[in-house]
Amino acid sequence: MDIQEKLSILADAAKYDASCASSGSKGTRAGSRLGSTEGMGICHSYTPDGRCVSLLKILLTNYCIYDCQYCVNRVTSETRRARFTVDEIVRLTIEFYQRNYIEGLFLSSGIIQNPDYTMEQLALVAKSLRVEHQFGGYIHLKSIPGASENLLEEAGRWADRLSVNIELPTPADLQALAPEKKPPEITDAMDAIKQRLDQYQSDRQAGFKVARFAPAGQSTQMIVGATATPDLEILKTASGLYNQQKLRRVYYSAYSPIPHADARLPGMSPPLVREHRLYQADWLMRFYGFGSSELVAESDGNLSLEIDPKLAWALAHREMFPIDVNRAEREMLLRIPGIGARNVDRILRLRRHHAIRVSDLKKLRVAWNRTASFVQTIDHNPALKQLDAQGLKDRFKPREKQLLLFDTGQSALDGEF
Amino acid sequence: MYSFVVQSFAEWRSCSRALLNAQVPPDQVIFRDSPVQATLFDDESAGEQSWSALVRVPARGHKVPQAFLDLAHAVSCHRDTDRFQLLYRLLWRLTTNEARLMEVITDDDVHRLHQMEKAVRRDSHKMKAFVRFRKLVTPEGEQFVAWHRPDHRVVRLVSPFFSRRFPAMNWTILTPDESVSWDQKELRYGPGCSRDHAPDGDELEDLWLTYYGSIFNPARIKVKTMIREMPVRHWATLPEATIIDDLLNDAPRRVAEMIARQEGHARSARDYLPAHQTLKSLREAAKTCRGCDLYCEATQTVFGEGPADARIVLVGEQPGDQEDLAGRPFVGPAGHVLDDALQQAGMDRSEVYLTNAVKHFKFEPTEKRRLHKKPSARESSACRPWVDAELRLIKPKVLVCLGATAAHSLIGPGFSVTRQRGQFVRSDWCEHTLATYHPSAILRSLQSESLRKLLIDDLKAAKHQADNS
Repeated sequence: MDIQEKLSILADAAKYDASCASSGSKGTRAGSRLGSTEGMGICHSYTPDGRCVSLLKILLTNYCIYDCQYCVNRVTSETRRARFTVDEIVRLTIEFYQRNYIEGLFLSSGIIQNPDYTMEQLALVAKSLRVEHQFGGYIHLKSIPGASENLLEEAGRWADRLSVNIELPTPADLQALAPEKKPPEITDAMDAIKQRLDQYQSDRQAGFKVARFAPAGQSTQMIVGATATPDLEILKTASGLYNQQKLRRVYYSAYSPIPHADARLPGMSPPLVREHRLYQADWLMRFYGFGSSELVAESDGNLSLEIDPKLAWALAHREMFPIDVNRAEREMLLRIPGIGARNVDRILRLRRHHAIRVSDLKKLRVAWNRTASFVQTIDHNPALKQLDAQGLKDRFKPREKQLLLFDTGQSALDGEF
Repeated sequence: MYSFVVQSFAEWRSCSRALLNAQVPPDQVIFRDSPVQATLFDDESAGEQSWSALVRVPARGHKVPQAFLDLAHAVSCHRDTDRFQLLYRLLWRLTTNEARLMEVITDDDVHRLHQMEKAVRRDSHKMKAFVRFRKLVTPEGEQFVAWHRPDHRVVRLVSPFFSRRFPAMNWTILTPDESVSWDQKELRYGPGCSRDHAPDGDELEDLWLTYYGSIFNPARIKVKTMIREMPVRHWATLPEATIIDDLLNDAPRRVAEMIARQEGHARSARDYLPAHQTLKSLREAAKTCRGCDLYCEATQTVFGEGPADARIVLVGEQPGDQEDLAGRPFVGPAGHVLDDALQQAGMDRSEVYLTNAVKHFKFEPTEKRRLHKKPSARESSACRPWVDAELRLIKPKVLVCLGATAAHSLIGPGFSVTRQRGQFVRSDWCEHTLATYHPSAILRSLQSESLRKLLIDDLKAAKHQADNS
């Protein structure tokens, strides 16, 4: 099989994994001859699914001994199989990088032989890039749960980011769709990475010179919509991961139909709006001080699909509004719909110089249609009188639902096919 | 009235410093991008001048915040002809009586300049992203050349980034306004040029298009997002943009195919389990199992047998030819090997429960015989609910997996029989689970005697464990 064919199989098999950012690694490795990491990642291209192409995202192989129902690479799926050699991946990465197509490598793999063997191969790719080619670009390795700790150590030495996929939001989901994956194995692997990261931190603070360990931290991905688990449970799991394992990112990936899918899985278009709402809620938990349970107001435990979670929270807590942008504290400003964290900081600086008016907010490009009814400014804000209006919520509901190319509008919202 | 031609940040800076020293207010100065012919509206007195005339005024220290210099540096790359004019007005206000002006970001001048800065930063970012090098092999070595068309004059702003990223490559970026080259030591700037000066293709572009087409998931189309982030005006220099239309046109077909090709466990034994489970009801129900297609060719379901309170359960792979005809497990040649081994290990067949991971015989018909064929992972997995139910009812003290199929199904897919044979491990059904050779391996192996001994040893260990727990 030639390299082109392998690439088409092993990139195709990687397209379901949403995590592909290349940011968070400050400072290029010393002595690099090719590649740099400068904090902010770069998206080098975008595909028609709106997702950015930042990394060469491929699998080492799509052979796998596991039988996870949601995964196209599970052992019982009759998909075409291929396997890259370590050298082939290294060469592809270098050559693509030299043309400025990519920001680095995202390498994952089906599990072959056993977790240790697979992890060893992944680490070998990263090591070869760093040591033989002095590659300074971004490397993200997907860790294999159950692989030994010294292999994790080795992987973290060469990679910028390590991740372990939590796969599904709850242990019960995992039991139903991936009985061979054990929740403790997954969290153990995350804990092991966290311990190494902490160790690195404390060694450095103590003044030791130690080898780098995954400078961009760890992340995870979970599939959303393959089971009936509601958003509240999903956000609770995410919030636990942020607090306990100190993950940098949790990626939510709307379950998308896979060829050769198990018939128990929903045959549907991916619930993209739901995925989007989860990202918004996730953002609010990390940067705005919201708790998972306050964000989910709907009785079925799900986020509203029609309006964004911050607006939904504000509508449900109208007694807290209007918020006076000239007096309110940061925490409260962060809760105003349509105003982002950056603008909150700008408002705080600006109001030291002059009292804030409606025109100031508009110049800051807040989302005025969402903000209008919730803020008090120094001048008259006519939109404020709608705060107590019965129909306020309806004003925000999308009037026309955007249709997908090959889909009914409703299925874009709820994912039912 | 003063009028100057200023083209770069450095020129503007020197010029403005001199103007400030001479205390020239902003409405007395005109900055131009390029020398222009005098037009009808030009003031006669506003002929172009050199700021060196102003230098004679003694210098004064002017302090401005770093934020202003950063802003000015970026804004000087903007294409707007007003940029230097605006910058000087802001500078004037900062140094006369509004020292904190940079913080008042909604001020009209500050706001306008920030908008311009934002456009420049975005354009710089897009240059970092969308430059596509093409490799040329020349007698002097490899040369990487790109053609890019930025909106603003950002080449000098961005090229240091490329020198940090590709330090050990010789590269050139050509744009209509300006070009830049890196020879692994320093950046050299040259005049702009047209697209014909750039190479046409690269050997790697086919691979890149393959990657681009494969990493796209046709089930999630968001063209608007794509265009917002990758504006169409850049498509001309992006090789992958040539296949976007094809990808979009083909997407509905690919999705339909993905959904149509459902397979796997559409059926499994799960659908045939009785509501009330005893070994007897399970055995009855298993007779009608259609959980996978093996029932079509096999004679009958071969269910497990033995006492419901057995302390030891042995699980094999699947029934063979004779088992299929008799409807009982382990009655063929391998069964004899097993009986013999059990006896030597001090056990009686009647005290253990014997069953298989897969309950139907799978075979390849040949002219003379029905040749045993290993069940696929899908068939094992479809059949698993039966073994599952048997083990949950019996709750054995010791569970023995005979052969790799049983071990993979009950202990885990990573389990290696050759390396981990004879070791007790924990499984979902039993604290003491052990895997050993399948008796039929002994029949086929050249070292059958040594394998037989190992099988007997393992069975002895199983009995010992069962007796002592």
